[in-house]
Amino acid sequence: MMLRPRTDRQAGPASSARADKGLPPAARALLVLALLAVFAGLVLAVLSLSEPAPGLAAAVDERIDESGVSHPVTAVLLNFRGYDTLLELVVLVLAVMGAWSVGRARGCAGNVPGPLLRQLPRLMAPLMVLVAGYLLWVGAHAPGGAFQAGSLLGGVGILLCLSGYPLPGWANGPALRVSAVLGVAVFAALGVVAALLPGGAPLDWPPAQAKTLILTIELAAMLSIGVVLAALFAGGRP
Amino acid sequence: MAGLSLLDWALDGVLALLLLWLAWRALSTPALFRAVVLFIAFGLVLALVWARLFAVDVALAEMAIGAGVTGALLLAALVRLAPPIGRGRAHGRNGERDGA
Amino acid sequence: MTQPVFWALVGMALVVLALYALIVHAHLLRKVLALNVMSSGVFLVFIGLARRTPGEDVPMAADPVPQAMVLTGIVVAVAATGLALALIVRLRVLTGRTTLGDDTGD
Repeated sequence: MMLRPRTDRQAGPASSARADKGLPPAARALLVLALLAVFAGLVLAVLSLSEPAPGLAAAVDERIDESGVSHPVTAVLLNFRGYDTLLELVVLVLAVMGAWSVGRARGCAGNVPGPLLRQLPRLMAPLMVLVAGYLLWVGAHAPGGAFQAGSLLGGVGILLCLSGYPLPGWANGPALRVSAVLGVAVFAALGVVAALLPGGAPLDWPPAQAKTLILTIELAAMLSIGVVLAALFAGGRP
Repeated sequence: MAGLSLLDWALDGVLALLLLWLAWRALSTPALFRAVVLFIAFGLVLALVWARLFAVDVALAEMAIGAGVTGALLLAALVRLAPPIGRGRAHGRNGERDGA
Repeated sequence: MTQPVFWALVGMALVVLALYALIVHAHLLRKVLALNVMSSGVFLVFIGLARRTPGEDVPMAADPVPQAMVLTGIVVAVAATGLALALIVRLRVLTGRTTLGDDTGD
């Protein structure tokens, strides 16, 4: 599709006209008053927080050596609070299933790029994939990780779609579906394996193998996040 | 977290005002295309705020997702929502035919 | 006022602002925008207050747990946005409208 500002003129006036006549002035004034009261309550809540702030930073610091990575945020995401991340990947799969169930994507092959969009992906896409790999690797000891890397991969997919880059036929078939659920599948499978080890529990990585396990999961999660974001951009099932 | 200098406070204040102003404009400007572009700008300023708060992971994610992917999703939806018939020439391609 | 409290207040102002827009505007795309601004406000409260943590010895110390939760939240928010936009486009294809409700849109 071409992203041209003409949608501005077409969608704009109609929507503003409709939006502005929804509420009578009295109701609107009442709404503003109610929201100001809500805001005042929230401000009071923040100002009355206990002063020596409770927090989990010390607890994370204490156990970081067992997590397999040295960056605390990655340790929390993939080790200490692994359920959060696992369920988040489930949410991504559910979102793409929802989007696929409401309609068919038009496909990207019909997009006719301008001269800039024809050349830009050739330059940017390999670089973005490289940066995604770097972010994934560096996430073990510095800011970065599967989410940032995956969203960059999603950006690559969006760029390729906008430029009408011809994807091979298999890319829209089972390969797409498998890579969308790969993150959940790998994460859950390894979590179950960890539970079967002697003395293990679900999603409880043994410290010696933790780094390998975390990187494996992150690799799969990155691929899934990228594929899901690109599929959501396409807007329907292929 | 004591020891913020006046310069720190000035930077924080400017960023906060910019953030609130962009949010207000994105939510109140009549033209939807402009609202989406303002929202993308909002995401970029928010990434700066994350960096100010030493949440570098969040800043990276916001840069790629909040400003990048969400902006692309919104612009694509805007194009698909645009009336395909009426004013003009060969614009019908962008609209209705994406249904199954 | 400290820096964490300041940014938490800004986040709450964003939430209230977006809540107003969410109620007032009828166009669904604008409601999606409002929800996104609202989630950004919530994230700002989280990250702001994460720096209240007592790790005073290192100046950059911030609680990593809220940061991880916000990272998760950002990805969930974009997934929800994508699904919502797909539903809005479908609604537009089926009914020609971009608002909800019984009124015929006149």
